[in-house]
Amino acid sequence: MSQNTNKIMAWIDDRLPVTQTYEKHMSKYYAPKNFNFWYFFGVLSMLMLVNQILTGIWLTMQFTPSAEAAFASVEYIMRDVEWGWLIRYMHSTGATFFFVAVYLHMMRAILYGSYQKPRELIWIFGMLIYLALMAEAFMGYVLPWGQMSYWGAQVIISLFSVMPYGDLLTEWIRGDFLISGATLNRFFALHVVAVPLVIVALVVMHLLALHEVGSNNPDGVDIKKHKDENGKPLDGIPFHPYYTVHDLVGIVVFLMVFCTVLFFFPEGNGFMLEYANFEPANGLKTPEHIAPVWYFGAFYAILRAVPDKLLGVIAMGAAIAVLFVLPWLDRSPVRSWRYKGIVSRIYIVIFGFNFALLTWLGTQPATELLTLIAQIASVIYFGYFAFLPVAPKFEKTKPVPERVTGGH
Amino acid sequence: MSQDGVNKARRTLLVGATAGVGAVGAGFLAVPFVKSWMPSEKAKAAGAPAKIDVSKVEPGAMVTAEWRGKPVYVARRTDDMLNTLEGLADRLKDPENANKAQQPEYADNLYRSRKPELIVLLGVCTHLGCAPKYIPEVQPQPFDPNWQGGWFCPCHGSRFDLSGRVYGGSPASDNLIVPAYMFESENVVVVGVDEENA
Amino acid sequence: MKLGMKKIFALVAAFVPALALAAGSSVPLDEHRTDLHDTASLQRGAQTFANYCMGCHSMEHARYNRVAKDLEIPEELMMENLVFADKKFGDKMTIAMTQEDSKRWFGANPPDLTLVARVRRPDWLYTYLRSFYEDDSRPWGVNNVVFKDVGMPHVLAELQGNQVLGTALVEEGFDTLTGQPIMVEKEHVLYIEEEGTLSADEYDKLVYDLVNFMVYMAEPIAVERERLGWWVLLFLAIFFVPVYFLNKEFWRDIK
Repeated sequence: MSQNTNKIMAWIDDRLPVTQTYEKHMSKYYAPKNFNFWYFFGVLSMLMLVNQILTGIWLTMQFTPSAEAAFASVEYIMRDVEWGWLIRYMHSTGATFFFVAVYLHMMRAILYGSYQKPRELIWIFGMLIYLALMAEAFMGYVLPWGQMSYWGAQVIISLFSVMPYGDLLTEWIRGDFLISGATLNRFFALHVVAVPLVIVALVVMHLLALHEVGSNNPDGVDIKKHKDENGKPLDGIPFHPYYTVHDLVGIVVFLMVFCTVLFFFPEGNGFMLEYANFEPANGLKTPEHIAPVWYFGAFYAILRAVPDKLLGVIAMGAAIAVLFVLPWLDRSPVRSWRYKGIVSRIYIVIFGFNFALLTWLGTQPATELLTLIAQIASVIYFGYFAFLPVAPKFEKTKPVPERVTGGH
Repeated sequence: MSQDGVNKARRTLLVGATAGVGAVGAGFLAVPFVKSWMPSEKAKAAGAPAKIDVSKVEPGAMVTAEWRGKPVYVARRTDDMLNTLEGLADRLKDPENANKAQQPEYADNLYRSRKPELIVLLGVCTHLGCAPKYIPEVQPQPFDPNWQGGWFCPCHGSRFDLSGRVYGGSPASDNLIVPAYMFESENVVVVGVDEENA
Repeated sequence: MKLGMKKIFALVAAFVPALALAAGSSVPLDEHRTDLHDTASLQRGAQTFANYCMGCHSMEHARYNRVAKDLEIPEELMMENLVFADKKFGDKMTIAMTQEDSKRWFGANPPDLTLVARVRRPDWLYTYLRSFYEDDSRPWGVNNVVFKDVGMPHVLAELQGNQVLGTALVEEGFDTLTGQPIMVEKEHVLYIEEEGTLSADEYDKLVYDLVNFMVYMAEPIAVERERLGWWVLLFLAIFFVPVYFLNKEFWRDIK
């Protein structure tokens, strides 16, 4: 049978480079052997992307994208469609876990300098994926047409009014004089077809760029510097089978957490499925407290921290834009935080917790105290990016080893 | 890098175990996606058995109800109407209900019904699906000088007797379908379900 | 039997005085210990809802046959007691009153309540339904501590009795010497001035059952969801075993 398989593969390979591609990207792609916990989140992000697409397609089969019927169609899915409730919860929980994976994946890059040369383009593609993902999640949340769908859309789209030709722009985005079925319908098309295609294309580019250069590792050491007589990196191991089985462990553990939330806390205490969204959209009744879903919290907090509408939007935009240029801000001669100076190390930890704090603040009502804290946290956030280019001038780094440490 | 002395047997076992349990998991995962395609509660409610009150149906008259989007004819036949049925055999394509698919067991008789006087039929011509018209009077018709009463389909001229049996010369080849039905009480017919299969 | 304004009993002691505030969120709420496994409670709640609430409030996303199945009510009983007009067993739980009519008659449209337990949450509902008080300035003669100037009449008034917001004596702790409860005069306290057909405990229980039912209606799959969750986690735990050892086995190869 193996002989026949070989013959079939030979026939295919003559016409399409299947084996060659498989070897290049899996069985002969040499990844550093010292990957740790932080290195699970790329594949976990991909797992969540597959989840969202699969459950999303199935929801599209039963969902009605009209202002009149959308809300009821979601309850139809939850009650009348066999197993509809599970597919719905997989999708809503999946959105949260997608962002959990993506944020931790980005944190890995910050910890180990994975955005530094020659991986700047991988980082750029990643940032574009992040942007697309935020747009995708925002539009997806509008679709159930609950109170938060409507008013969240109202708030975010009205931000565009600060731009030149702002009123015309917002009317153009909405397709109407107010948030309406026109908005819902176009968001449906973008959310189901356009943006997923963009995301998949960007993920492919992201992976191709990665495989071109090779993966970074927790020590920031370049494994291609030391190769054996066959040209294979001494500290590299074939992705398949070693990281396929390794990632499988991470996937199962991740799924256990995912399923715990899905089956026991699908609303996430109001952070994932906001309570107000179980009320149909009503343009005449504003909810007491309009909050975005948790994963937008940080940028929303920064937006609100600035008392001026235009400056707030600029600050929010800058907070995202500054991430794009991270590879050029970090002038450190070492990649990984393991070998940076103590001040850098402390600031990285603070940055991480600070981002988490900003995320939480964005979901809370803007009281005086919380706004003050958000302002301080925003300064800390931007301060990190100002700190990076300056740090190498006064910091002493530790000597980076030639070969990777730790291993398995 | 990989040394000899790799325990092939253990590896095969572990790969097999993982693949096996994984396949089971994949199977479980597929269930909700596949089953979600089954008719929803909404479809089931719309397709639920239809209850018809026949107490007001006059002898010789017919009422039309709806079940699963199709017309259901319930006619109360008089004794005279029932007497026409015996002598028609050589004019009909299937006088003896040879095609068992067209009626349940309890309707496999001359009257094609549970009780002789009440007949329940799907008002769907077995040719191409039009709704046949009820013409119970025994008198010559333009489509049949020797009309003994029954149903006439205006679309292509198929003719059916008062038991819904198809006449020779009709484009239709089968008797009208008798759906599953039962008497919930003296006067209430439930179409779509019967005791035999409840 | 008219209770004197000064005579207050345990029914108030358990009920923390509420300062009538505009926003419902700042009013302290009583805990509703939701128990979706208590089928009898859900049945009673369903009956209360059908008898007192469904005149004005639909539950348009729910179907009678699903409720009957989950609450273990036989079809005939369901049709007799909980399904009105000429609705069929598989129909959705809508009501005859149209939105235009209700707007005209009540000023505001009584909202559909299928999901209200997920919007307001059980504690709020439980406290709300027990916090109506006499207020002649309102069109229906009642106001509500949890939902200021609510447009809804106190439909359950005949059961609870006439509740009033005012100054009264409240039990607060015990005098350790005499063993007698200490009575303190407090303002903005809810108390029953004229009893209804149910005692305070009975009324609390009725409302408990009703809110239990409403929590069930907001997410009928909740119990099944959790049941399945345990099996899924079990499967993943089992799956983890070969996966873990498979990884370990292959990584023996690495230095």
